[in-house]
Amino acid sequence: MLGFPRSELQIMEVQGSEYLPLLIQLVFAFGFVAMVLIITHLIGPKRKSAKKLESFECGIESQGNARLPFSIKYFLTAILFVLFDVEVIFFYPWATNFREFGLQGFIAMFIFVALFLLGFLYLFRKKAFTWD
Amino acid sequence: MNPIAFLILSVLTISSALMVVFSKNPIYSVLWLIICFFSITGHYILLDAHFLAVVNLIVYAGAIMVLFLFVIMLLNLNKETEPHKPMILKAAAVLSGCLLMIVLAASLQGYAQQPPAIITEEFGTAKGVGKVLFTDFLLPFEVASILFITAIVGSVILGKKHVND
Repeated sequence: MLGFPRSELQIMEVQGSEYLPLLIQLVFAFGFVAMVLIITHLIGPKRKSAKKLESFECGIESQGNARLPFSIKYFLTAILFVLFDVEVIFFYPWATNFREFGLQGFIAMFIFVALFLLGFLYLFRKKAFTWD
Repeated sequence: MNPIAFLILSVLTISSALMVVFSKNPIYSVLWLIICFFSITGHYILLDAHFLAVVNLIVYAGAIMVLFLFVIMLLNLNKETEPHKPMILKAAAVLSGCLLMIVLAASLQGYAQQPPAIITEEFGTAKGVGKVLFTDFLLPFEVASILFITAIVGSVILGKKHVND
């Protein structure tokens, strides 16, 4: 078996080793990105001047400073995203046990989602989703 | 628990946490904090808390860090110098930090002697967490949604221009 002595195989089988495929995938993903970055740096021509780099800014001639404080409206959208993101996470432990829980689990989740919908309605009434 | 993995993760966690504090540029602080959260996810995996590990990755490293970046960009970063805090404030911060450390060490003292918990096959997975969450901790789970409503209302009140209706 791949030339591993028996004991070494047993060490690899300890707890946490089910994450090995995930680790390989992560290493591959990071390795691919790093490799592409290094290769493009090596083989690409480099002529860095303000005029050349300006077109990467946004295509339009840049004006002023990039460090401008922006509107809080974006933040409201972001924080609402996080709240509903956390709501969705509670669905995973519920969905994996859906059959075992039966009606009781369904009612429990119904109350949870109903309260969330209340908040959602509140957001609509307060026009949190309109961009004024 | 694998002691080598634990050691590597602990070094990574503490050093990235220190870099969060010592970085001059707040954006770099946030980037170090992402590494810190990733290594904490590794700790969760070592502790067999698989579901919590994924949640930590999605919510903290994914969503909360975006909010942190937002907050930093909402601040005015054009100012080069940070105002220096007076010496007495720094001393107070060090003192309160040490006091917190003592309280934490004292409250966790008894745990070292206790036998480790018995871990079942589905401990820490989404299925295992769900079984506990929807039976023993059903009320806290429902109350959490009320907490979410307060968060929604709070964010609207703070972040939305009041509309006269």
